[in-house]
Order: sequence, then C-alpha cells, then structure tokens
Amino acid sequence: MTDSRIKPAGVSRRTILKGSAALAGVAAAGKLSAFPTPAIAQEPVTLRYLSTAVNQSPAIAEKAGEELGINIEYIAVTTDDVAKRVITQPNSFDLVDTEYFALPKLLPSGNIMGLDASKIKLSDKIASVIRNGTVDGKKVGLDGTAPSEVLYLPAEQATEFAGEETGFLTLIPTTYNADTLGIRPDLIDGEVSSWASLLDPKFAGKAAILNIPSIGIMDAAMAIEARGDMTYGDKGNMTREEIDATIAALIEAKNNGQFRAFWTDFNESVNLMASGEVVIQSMWSPAVTAVRTQGIPCKYQPLKEGYRAWASGFGLPVTIGDREKDAAYEFINWFLSGWAGAHLAKQGYYPAVLETTKEAMEPYEWAYWFEGQPAEQDIHAPDGKLLEEAGAVRDGGSYDERMGAVACWNAVMDENIYMIRKWNEFIAA
Amino acid sequence: MTDTMDAPARTGASNAEKGASRATGKPRTSWTAWWVAYAQAAPMALVFLLFFILPLLATFVVSFWNYTEYSIEPAFVTTNYQDVFYGCVARLPGLCTTFATYLSTLKFVAIVWAATLAIGFTIAYFLAFHVRTLPMQIALFMVCTIPFWTSNVIRMISWIPLLGRNGLVNEILLSIGLISSPLEWLLYSDFAVALALVHLYTLFMVVPIFNSMMRIDRSLIEAAYDGGASGWQTLTNVIIPLVKPGILIGSIFVITIVTGDYLTIGIMGGQQIASVGKVIQTQINFLQFPIAAANAIVLLAVVLLTIWGMLRLVDIRKEL
Repeated sequence: MTDSRIKPAGVSRRTILKGSAALAGVAAAGKLSAFPTPAIAQEPVTLRYLSTAVNQSPAIAEKAGEELGINIEYIAVTTDDVAKRVITQPNSFDLVDTEYFALPKLLPSGNIMGLDASKIKLSDKIASVIRNGTVDGKKVGLDGTAPSEVLYLPAEQATEFAGEETGFLTLIPTTYNADTLGIRPDLIDGEVSSWASLLDPKFAGKAAILNIPSIGIMDAAMAIEARGDMTYGDKGNMTREEIDATIAALIEAKNNGQFRAFWTDFNESVNLMASGEVVIQSMWSPAVTAVRTQGIPCKYQPLKEGYRAWASGFGLPVTIGDREKDAAYEFINWFLSGWAGAHLAKQGYYPAVLETTKEAMEPYEWAYWFEGQPAEQDIHAPDGKLLEEAGAVRDGGSYDERMGAVACWNAVMDENIYMIRKWNEFIAA
Repeated sequence: MTDTMDAPARTGASNAEKGASRATGKPRTSWTAWWVAYAQAAPMALVFLLFFILPLLATFVVSFWNYTEYSIEPAFVTTNYQDVFYGCVARLPGLCTTFATYLSTLKFVAIVWAATLAIGFTIAYFLAFHVRTLPMQIALFMVCTIPFWTSNVIRMISWIPLLGRNGLVNEILLSIGLISSPLEWLLYSDFAVALALVHLYTLFMVVPIFNSMMRIDRSLIEAAYDGGASGWQTLTNVIIPLVKPGILIGSIFVITIVTGDYLTIGIMGGQQIASVGKVIQTQINFLQFPIAAANAIVLLAVVLLTIWGMLRLVDIRKEL
C-alpha cells in the first residue's frame, strides 16, 4: 500500500481517494502527457491506432512518421476486443481499424463518427466491391454484412446507416480479402473443390473450424449448403430455424469425430496445419502464407461455391480531439496514396484504392498478386522473406476472379444472442 | 526442526486464548490498544474491498441487467439466469448446455483430484519421511517448484509436440512397432486435458500435504512402531489423520482451480471440450456482459458450495 498512515478515526473518503489516486498513478506512470499543456501542442501529434495485430505493420508506422511527422502508436488486441473497446472505452484510441461486420454493433453505441468524404481525396476511387458490391461491373454475393450496405451515414454523427450514397462514410477500407478453405495438398488424396469437403467424413478427425461463432457458423453454412442439405435465405443473417438446423448438423459431425480441433487465434490455425494435425480447415490468407514460409505445402483452395469475404477499415471515435482528427485525415489520405496499400498487398491483402497501389508496386508483383499471372521473378514478402519462386500462380487467380466469386461476407446476425447460445451448445456437445 | 514447527502453533493457541478471555470479560493480558489489530488488518481489507468485494458486487448486480448487442441497461430481470439454465428442465433426462458443461468439468475435477492426491501425497511422503536432512529436503522441494518458473501456458503447450499425431510419443511407439498407426487420442482429447491439469496442479497438493507432514511429531510415529503397528497401520491410523488439513487445503486448491480452468481445457482439448470459463469468455467477447455475469455467479455458487461441503468433512480451524 502506498498510504499506510491510516488514522484511528477511520478511513475518510479523502484517504480512499488519495490511496486510489496513488494506485492509479503507479499504474499509469509515464502516461502523464495526457494532461494538456501548451508545450505539448508543438510536438508531433500521436495517433493511438486500435486494431488487431495482423493489421499493424511496424513499417507503416515508421513510414508515416517519416513522411507525415505523425507518431503512430499501435494498440494491438483481438478482433472481438476491438469491438469491445470501441463500445466500452471510446476515448482510449484516436483511430480504429475494425471490420465492417462489427458496424451494426458499433454504430448504435454512438461512439464512432462518420468520415467526411470531401476530406478524403481518393474517396471516389475506393474499390467498387466495397462501394457498391460490384467487381468489374458484376454484382457479388451480398449475404451477411456486406460493406456496401453499411458504408454510408446520413450525417457525421449518426446511429443508423443511410440507405444510399452520402458524403459521410462509416469506415475507409484498409484491407479486405476473400477467405476459403486451406488444405495440405501433400496429405490429401484427390481434389477438393467444394465447401462440402469440410464436413466430408473422408477427412474425419483431420478437419478444423473457427471457434469464433459468427464466422464459424458461416463456414459451416457454406459446407451444409454445398452438401445439398438445405439452402439459406441469407447465410449471414439466419433465422432461428436455420441456426437450429446448422448447429444440429455441426453437432452430428462433431459426435462423428469430424473435427480434430477448433481454433480462435491465427497462430493456432498455423500450428494445426503445419503439424499435420489438420489437413483441411477454414483459414485466413496470411495463415496460409505463414505455413508456406515454413516450407510446408499449403493451398488456399478456391471452391466452386465461392468465398466468404471480409473487409476492415478506419473509423474515428466521437471523442477525438481536433488536432488528432486533422492528423487522422492526413494519415488516411496518405494510407490510400499507394505505399501502404502496396505494403499490405504484398502480404496477400487487397487495398482500398487499386490504382495507387498499382503505381507503388513493381509490374511483376502487380501481375502476380492482382492479375493472376505466373510470377516472372521470385515473390518476396515485405520483410524480404521468399514467398513464392518464379513461375508460381496465386491461389484463386486474379483480383476479379477472387473478389468476383464472393458468396457472402462476415456478419453479425439479428439473432446473434440466440446463435451464441446454440454455438455454446455445440461446443458442449 | 520440531521445535521451530511447533512455535507458530503455540502462538496461535495463545492468540485464541486471548480472544476467549476478552469475550468472557476477564482482564486483558495484552496492553496493545484495541484498534491496532484492525489497523493492521486494514490494508489487506482495503485491497480485498477494492479488488474483490466491489467487482464481485458489480458482477452480481450486472447479472440482473438487460443487454443488447452494444449496450447494457440497468434493470432487474431474471432472464439471464433463465438463459443460463435454458432447456435444463424441459430437456430432461437429456442434458442442457449448462448441465453438460458442469458434468464435463466435474469429470475432470474427479480425475485430476484423485491423480494429484495420489501423486502429491507420495511426493510429500517421500520428502518428509524418507529424506533425512533438512537441506536435502529444501533442495528437493525447490526442484519440485522449478517447473513453476515458466508460465503455465508454456508448460501446457510443450505437451503438444510430444502428444501430436506426428509427435514424439507416437513416433517412438511406431518405431518400436507397438502400434501401426498413430494414436489419435493422445492430443485434443479428455486424456490430454487430464494429463496437463495433473501436471500443472500437482504441486498445489504437494505443498500443503508436505507442510502438514513436517508438523507431525516424530515421536508419535516412534510410538506407533513401539506399539507394534505395521508401516501400513501407521500410515492409515497416524499419518493420514494428521495430514487431513493439508489434504483438504490441497484439494480446495485443485478443485477450485480445475472448476474455473478454461485455458488448459481449451488448448489441450482443441477447444472441443466445453468449460464454464470458455462459455463466459465467448459471451464477454460478444458483449453479453449480463449473461456472462450470471454464469460467473452460478460458477461462484458451485465453487462455494463445494468448499462448504469439504469444510464440513474436516474442521480445518481445529486441525490447524
């Protein structure tokens, strides 16, 4: 205890306050710069950037520091914790990079505000798949929480989405991608071409799914629909009957020993795959890359039913200060201007603005990552590690082929609370 | 050795006498002012109040609140508790999620308790009665604690390369021809969970039992031998009754930790085995704080009931 001089008269309110203030002081030592003093206004502005660790590249923070003089301070938490933090502690960050599917939860809390499109130079160049759900003029699947449905706000501060295009955007995309099943081609006989393989008894004891209910149930729904058991109205927004049927099918598969394990953390999926415990599972693109950089064959298998897509983007908290707000706009404009997009594209993500990314990449890199062409030279990750040797082709092909084949988007359902109860039943079964 | 061990016990006794004399109005034997004891207890009490009682109260209060996807609202509803026990009556004799989860937890508690007790008792017995010198006892005791220098997650994860499909154990068994295909049940199974839990928590059994054994007056054992008791009779009639408090304290540690554990069950069970902690975690991640709070209160009640039941078996205050 910091204050041990407790008076015999008893503990007054003041001593408790003093004691807890001292404790708080110890806990927050070094964070005193939060107090506004005139001197600090002259120093470079710091943006506290909240997102998952996957999106936080030290190189981007460094480059932004060099070119803009903005100090990026990363706060790395898990996907679920990003949403939790936005809702419970909106003043603990200045910029959030969160998934579009979290928006139906985040927006009604009134803690995030819209971004003024007129201050974003390239706002009309944002990829069409995000803006209106089309790729190369063709509509993609919009099941679930498609970004185009939650992109616009009627005003800067709003708690409901605008049904049409307006001057205020909820999130400015940072990265997005199309997810599918990862497989170990060396441990699998024959072809895998359908989501149904995830529940195929052929892979009993060697399959895995995500233990993140909102995403795991969609992968399951893709597999069940592909198997021909049932068709869903909207896989991203199921009815109670659909949830019941999906969970019943999952429980049956679990009791038949279909699954080796479930995973929640990116690294768990990498380990399951790399160790050969699992040969087929729903996976994230960088996880496939991580398995491959260990020299283990792993394929991000395109499937005939299409992909489950996700998108993530920058949002601003309503509590943001004026200096930070200006800096955030400056940072976002810089982010869309090419270098950062190219940096992320070289890890397999898709960037918000394709044109500037193309300019910032080598032509052979662009051809490999976006046009589905065989690599002319060895393909390296941004950190210099060898990803693919010359001649390799990206799994799933070009941007248009991959994003054009999206069937559904990560989502939060209306029946979310019921779904989670049923999911816990599945885990306990 | 016996002297030093007895000393605290004697002080304890005299304290109890002091308390008794105050209560019956006899002249005080101590000249310390009455409030000094309260002042000495105050810092700890304050810490408990701030970091234990208040959060617990908050949890209890929130468990009656309403919630939506993005907010929790003060209210007094029992729907959270109804949701916790959803289908528990209607589905009988089938098991609802909560009952199935607690049953699975209970199974692990029973296995782990029995295994840690057997192993912990044996280790403590060896340390206390077979190792003759105090320095050696201390040295060997330290050896027991070495695994605790690393985090329990690391100790747990180190089992994975050992037990996996292509792990060390399977490779050895395959190479010596004992099995023809890898054993699947070694990892991500009940076996793996029980193994890791026993590995992690045996020391919690060793320490209190060892402590109790060191307090046993050696002349009692000599007397038992002199009286013609066999080794087994001495063990069951002298040693076990005297180390009961140690066994009980160790059991409380192991049972409460295993009941609330979700990390080990999650990692070693491949997240396929339910645990109350995991249910709570999922609900918190989806911002369903009130139902998570209700689950936490139910878990707390179960643990408290267990401890209450165990304390009725042994009067721990008398024995200490």
